[in-house]
Amino acid sequence: MGCVGGSNCSMSWCPRSCRSPLGHAVRFLFQFVTGTLAPDSVEDEFELSTVCHRPEGLEQLQEQTKFTRKELQVLYRGFKNECPSGIVNEENFKQIYSQFFPQGDSSTYATFLFNAFDTNHDGSVSFEDFVAGLSVILRGTIDDRLNWAFNLYDLNKDGFITKEEMLDIMKSIYDMMGKYTYPALREEAPREHVESFFQKMDRNKDGVVTIEEFIESCQKDENIMRSMQLFDNVI
Amino acid sequence: MAAGVAAWLPFARAAAIGWMPVANCPMPLAPADKNKRQDELIILNVSGRRFQTWRTTLERYPDTLLGSTEKEFFFNEDTKEYFFDRDPEVFRCVLNFYRTGKLHYPRYECISAYDDELAFYGILPEIIGDCCYEEYKDRKRENAERLMDDNDSENNQESLPSLSFRQTMWRAFENPHTSTLALVFYYVTGFFIAVSVITNVVETVPCGTVPGNKELPCGERYAVAFFCLDTACVMIFTVEYLLRLFAAPSRYRFIRSVMSIIDVVAIMPYYIGLVMTNNEDVSGAFVTLRVFRVFRIFKFSRHSQGLRILGYTLKSCASELGFLLFSLTMAIIIFATVMFYAEKGSSASKFTSIPASFWYTIVTMTTLGYGDMVPKTIAGKIFGSICSLSGVLVIALPVPVIVSNFSRIYHQNQRADKRRAQKKARLARIRVAKTGSSNAYLHSKRNGLLNEALELTGSPEDEHLTKTTSLIESQHHHLLHCLEKTTNHEFIDEQMFEQNCMESSMQNYPSTRSPSLSSHPGLTTSCCSRRSKKTTHLPNSNLPATRLRSMQELSTIHIQGSEQPSLTTSRSSLNLKADDVLRPNCKGSQITTAIISIPTPPALTPEGESRPPPSSPGSTTNIPPIGSNIVKVSAL
Repeated sequence: MGCVGGSNCSMSWCPRSCRSPLGHAVRFLFQFVTGTLAPDSVEDEFELSTVCHRPEGLEQLQEQTKFTRKELQVLYRGFKNECPSGIVNEENFKQIYSQFFPQGDSSTYATFLFNAFDTNHDGSVSFEDFVAGLSVILRGTIDDRLNWAFNLYDLNKDGFITKEEMLDIMKSIYDMMGKYTYPALREEAPREHVESFFQKMDRNKDGVVTIEEFIESCQKDENIMRSMQLFDNVI
Repeated sequence: MAAGVAAWLPFARAAAIGWMPVANCPMPLAPADKNKRQDELIILNVSGRRFQTWRTTLERYPDTLLGSTEKEFFFNEDTKEYFFDRDPEVFRCVLNFYRTGKLHYPRYECISAYDDELAFYGILPEIIGDCCYEEYKDRKRENAERLMDDNDSENNQESLPSLSFRQTMWRAFENPHTSTLALVFYYVTGFFIAVSVITNVVETVPCGTVPGNKELPCGERYAVAFFCLDTACVMIFTVEYLLRLFAAPSRYRFIRSVMSIIDVVAIMPYYIGLVMTNNEDVSGAFVTLRVFRVFRIFKFSRHSQGLRILGYTLKSCASELGFLLFSLTMAIIIFATVMFYAEKGSSASKFTSIPASFWYTIVTMTTLGYGDMVPKTIAGKIFGSICSLSGVLVIALPVPVIVSNFSRIYHQNQRADKRRAQKKARLARIRVAKTGSSNAYLHSKRNGLLNEALELTGSPEDEHLTKTTSLIESQHHHLLHCLEKTTNHEFIDEQMFEQNCMESSMQNYPSTRSPSLSSHPGLTTSCCSRRSKKTTHLPNSNLPATRLRSMQELSTIHIQGSEQPSLTTSRSSLNLKADDVLRPNCKGSQITTAIISIPTPPALTPEGESRPPPSSPGSTTNIPPIGSNIVKVSAL
């Protein structure tokens, strides 16, 4: 049986005593003499970068989302240009999003967005996830959009928005403004905003906002209704 | 906005869905996409080679030639393609920049040709990617040096306008080829340095015998002759030093320079010798001082370029040499200790102490092997042989490897430092460009709203004014505007932020607001006369708060659309902020100075966002929600 553990372990005759300190020392001396001491760490890393993800076909995506063929083409070209490997990981996501907000720090909000797009929680957003999310936001009904927004706010996906979750979201939004704002940002501004939000949304005053409360309150607020319609002609 | 991610703008705008439910004010209007073209392929014909790309690819960088409307100048109607009479090889790199966002510098390309092409296409060389930036900078530096050398040699050949006598002398000293006199002086001093050095050497040679069978050195036999020679040389050197001191443009710097110190050290022993003669005690020390005369040989470095380069090389490699010495010292100490203890037992051992063993270790490790100290015990011999073997290893083998290794590491460090220094400068430049983009947002905020108002009134001749910013830019600005609305704060630039901080600390505002003056008869000023500059002196004024508010109200202009103004229902939209004056469009037909009815601003909004009445110019205008066409533009 072969030796377990360590990329230097190239001696297959080595029994279980390999793991003992003496075995380590003997192995070290052996490698020292034969000049194979330094592991070639560079080549191990090459394998990771060639992962490639191909999306499903255009027809399937057309069925699953509400985009036309041409729109999907344009979206995919932009997506593939920025992420040639076909998937976006969190770092990449944050970096792309930060280019739109040069003055502030958009990384926290980008993380929340990433978690909202990454519906299967595998740590990466593929083109299907991406386009599915966009389809809801840009082509869905208002209720769909509100659902998506609720999903974004509900950080731990338990069906309730607590004040802490809302505070995190609020802080991340305020972070995007950066330092140079008028009037100057105070420490309590996010918290106050959260309070007003909860006052508006939390009907039964139980300290959490459920999806029904959220949708109901949003439907009653015409500002929100009107701003939801802004997304109709983004693409 | 850094392009290349322009394709992700729809995503960023979609991501704004997270802000909508938390925003308390209504969102601004989205910019309309008037001529929504399908993405089309355009053909770029560069000296006969045709390149094709999507239009949106080129529009990623709107501040370059290909991304802006400037390329329309090159549009060929007959062939329906854009023709550029430029180098197709470099164009390949330029087009790849649009496609990938990274600009590469091909190594085979001439640096000035490349720079010219980049300048033509309106691309900053700073954007060159990290992979090629080092190469680019190196080539650029070489080119600059070459240009400088060319300039210098040109300058040297032409007769310069009148320099002062001092300057001519300095030039003569530094550059002996400038005039015959300088050349003569150069050779004379060189000759005397040689004479002086040879004198010093010959002085010590035993020179025949004197009666009494004693061998005398020449210096003592012909003492007078040697003394005369020495005096002559020192006089020449002194005169030269004083002349150089006189001619130096910066005497202080000259005194501190290495060459002048060598000069001083070379001539001081003579003068000291003159001063203290015939004193038996000090003459011993005086003899030692004569050693310093050998430093005269370093004066040759003014005459020899090679010597100067050697000195410079040693100086620049000082740290590597230091490390080499350090590791040698470590090995020496280790082996000396071991040898000492190994040889301690043997009788009549020469290894009397560890410092005494140092000599053995050094001689053995450098493979000299004089043989004046040899180990006698077996242990000593074993360790002695290990010492000599490791001496070979420690000194002979790695010296070239260490030297080249250190040269490589040294250059890498230098490059890393250079890169870090360059990176700071590059980041600063990128930051400037970024602030350019955020400034672009701030600028367009001021201009864009006026355009929107004009657009809403639907006057046809003004529609083209709205196209000053590209669609992507206007969408990006709309996104930033939505963020402002969500958080109820505005983006401003650094200077205004500083100003605001200063003012808020200088003026303590009462939180109550005076009731606003409800209406004033319309001011019949024409728009153009209200072009007042951003008032920066206002913060320092001692106007009380109320006066300021009244000033604000007096100067509010209503730009009325065709519909009647309708008061909005949302209270938070009524928060008036003092605004910077826009440069109002002088097509004043749509701008009426209507009745200024400032709705009474609530002292505190229910959300608790109390904002003290601003005294400094803010920088937005209030956009009414969809439905009313009034843009309030306030001027201070």
